[in-house]
Amino acid sequence: MATDPTVSAANEQNRLNQNAEQIVDPLVPAPYDNDKAVQPPRSGLRNAVATTTTYLVLTALSVIVLFPIYMLLLRALSSPLKYISAGQPLYPVSIEWDVFNRAFGQASLGRSMGLSFVVTFVIVIAQVLTSVLAAYAFAFLEFPLKKLAFVLVIGTLLLPIEVTLIANVEIIRKLHLLNSVPGLTFPFLVTAIGIFLIRQGFLGIPRDLRDASELDGYGHLRFLFKVAMPMSKAIIGSFIVIAFLGAWNQYVWPRFATDRGAWQTVQVALRTIGSENPGELNLGFAAAIVASLPLLALLIFFQRQIVRGLTAGAVKG
Amino acid sequence: MNTSPLNPTEHAQGESAQVTTVSAPAKAQTRRFGNKVRDAGLAYLFLLPALIIFGVFAYYPLYRLFWYATHTQSRFRNKPASYVGLEQLKASLTSNDFISGLTHSGLYMLYTVPLGLLLGVMLAVSTHRRLKGIKIFQTIFSSTVASSVAVASVVFITLVNPEIGYFKNVPWLSLRNPTSALFAVSLSSVWQNLGLTFIVVLAALQTVPDELIEAATLDGYGAIRRFWRITVPLISPALLFLGIVLVVSALQAFAQIEILTGGGPSGATETLLFKIADPRGIRPLGVRASYSLGLFVLTAIVAGAQYSIMSKRVHYGD
Repeated sequence: MATDPTVSAANEQNRLNQNAEQIVDPLVPAPYDNDKAVQPPRSGLRNAVATTTTYLVLTALSVIVLFPIYMLLLRALSSPLKYISAGQPLYPVSIEWDVFNRAFGQASLGRSMGLSFVVTFVIVIAQVLTSVLAAYAFAFLEFPLKKLAFVLVIGTLLLPIEVTLIANVEIIRKLHLLNSVPGLTFPFLVTAIGIFLIRQGFLGIPRDLRDASELDGYGHLRFLFKVAMPMSKAIIGSFIVIAFLGAWNQYVWPRFATDRGAWQTVQVALRTIGSENPGELNLGFAAAIVASLPLLALLIFFQRQIVRGLTAGAVKG
Repeated sequence: MNTSPLNPTEHAQGESAQVTTVSAPAKAQTRRFGNKVRDAGLAYLFLLPALIIFGVFAYYPLYRLFWYATHTQSRFRNKPASYVGLEQLKASLTSNDFISGLTHSGLYMLYTVPLGLLLGVMLAVSTHRRLKGIKIFQTIFSSTVASSVAVASVVFITLVNPEIGYFKNVPWLSLRNPTSALFAVSLSSVWQNLGLTFIVVLAALQTVPDELIEAATLDGYGAIRRFWRITVPLISPALLFLGIVLVVSALQAFAQIEILTGGGPSGATETLLFKIADPRGIRPLGVRASYSLGLFVLTAIVAGAQYSIMSKRVHYGD
C-alpha cells in the first residue's frame, strides 16, 4: 500500500479507505480488540518514559514559542535604563507597574485604541452587511450578467490594498478624507472573502426550503432574515471573528491614509510610541501588550469561530 | 425561457381582473415572469454597495496605476503630468532598484514559507495526541494568532534590535549586517504566523481517520513512513493553502521592515512593497505605480496557482 504523491487527494483517500477496510476487517473481528491490536501492551516503564519525553518536547517547544512574549512583558515592566545597565538579564529590573497608565496618558494610547475600535467596528459591520446581501444575490437570485458580477467580485482578489495602495491614497487625498474615519474604512467596507464564505453557507440551504417558505408567503427579505441568516449563523459568526482580526491588525492602509499622529490607529502608533526617548522605551512595549488584548479576548472566548474561520479556506477552498 | 408576452403592469391588472379566466399554468408562468424581473432588481440592489466600493477602491485605482505609470509627474503637484507611454514602466521594471526589491521579497519568501510550514507541522503533530493537559499546549501554540504584524515586530525589537535586543550580539541575527538583517526580520513573520499554521495543520490532522493509521501500523509501517505516506498526502490541501497564504504575506511584507530596520542597512531589507510604499518619499509616483503593477502581476500569478489548486480538489472538500 505504498502511496504515490502525484495521485490526487481524492483518489488517495478512497484508496486508503478501501485498504483500511480490507486490512482491518479480517484481522480485527471485534471493535474492542482494536486498541489491543494496534498498541501492543507496553511495559509500564516504557510507557512512562515515552510520556515523559513527550512532555519534555512539548515544554521545550512551548518555551521557544513563549520566549518572545516573555521578553515583551519583561521589557514592558522593567525600567528601560536600569534594565540595560543591569546587563539585560532574563528577569525584570526595578519593575514599573505604572507603565500602562503612562502609556495611556503620555503616549495617547487611549486615543489610538479608541480609533482602532471605531475603525474595526465600522469595517466589520459594513462587511457583514454587504457580504450577506451580495451572497444572497449570488446564492438565491437569478439575474442577467450574474456571471460577470461574480467575476468582478473574484477579480478583486487580485487587487489587495497593497497593490492599489498608492492610487487609493491619492483617491482618498482628492476626496479630502485623509485623517478621517471614512478614509480609514472606505476601501474595506466590502470583501470578496466574506461574500464567498457566506455564499457558501447559503448554498448549503436546501432549495426546497426556499420554495416552501415562498408558498408560506415569505418574500426574499423575510426569507433572508428569518431563514437564511439563522441557518448560516456558524459561518457568519466565523466570518465576523476573522473580519475583526483582519481589521484590527491592519497596518499598511492606516499608515498611509493618515499623516497626523492623532489619526493613527493603535497598530500604526506602535511604530512611534516610546521610540523618541530611550528612557521611555517600555511605553512602546506596554502599548504592544495593550494592542493585543482585544485579540487575546477574542482567542479565549471565540476559539471555535477563529479555528473555523481560519481553516475555512483550507478545507472548503 | 418561459417569458410571458404580458409586461409586469399588465400582468398585475390581469391578475386582479381576470383571475378566473386565466388557466392555471399560464398564471404560474406570468407570476414567474413578474418574480424574475423583481428578483433581478433585488439582486442588483443587493449587489450595489459591493460593486460601488469595488469599483471605486479596487478597479478605478488599477486604472489610476496605469495612468501614473504612463505619465511622469513633476515634484510639484501643481505642474501637469506629461504622457510618456510605456517608457517609464519599462525603465522602472528593469531597474536595479526594482530587481533588488524583487530579490528581497523572494528571499523573504524563502526564509518564511518552508520554515513556517515545517514548524507549524512539527507543533501540530506533537500535540495531535490524547494526553493529559494537551489542551494547554495547543493553546500556547496557537497564541501568536493574537499578534499582528506590528505587534510581532515590536516583540522582535526586544530580541534583535541592535542596541537593546536580547540577541544583539548573535551575528546571524544582526540587523546591522546586510546579509543577516532580512533573515532576522523574517523570523518575526515566522513566529507571528506560527499560530495560524499550527491551527490549520492541527485541524487537518484531526480529519485523518484513526483507522488508516492503525491499518498502516498493522501493515508494519513505522512512525516516519506512516507520516510521509499517509498523513502528509491527506493534509496536503491544508499545506498548499498555508503555503499560498504564507507566500502572499511574504509578498506583502511591510510593517516588520519599517518597524525593525526602516529598510536598512543600506537598503538591504527594502522589499517590493517597502519600495512601493516608500515611507521616505524618494521615488516618483510614476515609478512606484510601475512597481505596483509588477506586484499586481505577481499577485495574479499566486492567485492563479491558488485557483487551479483549489478547483482541482473541488470533489475532495466536504
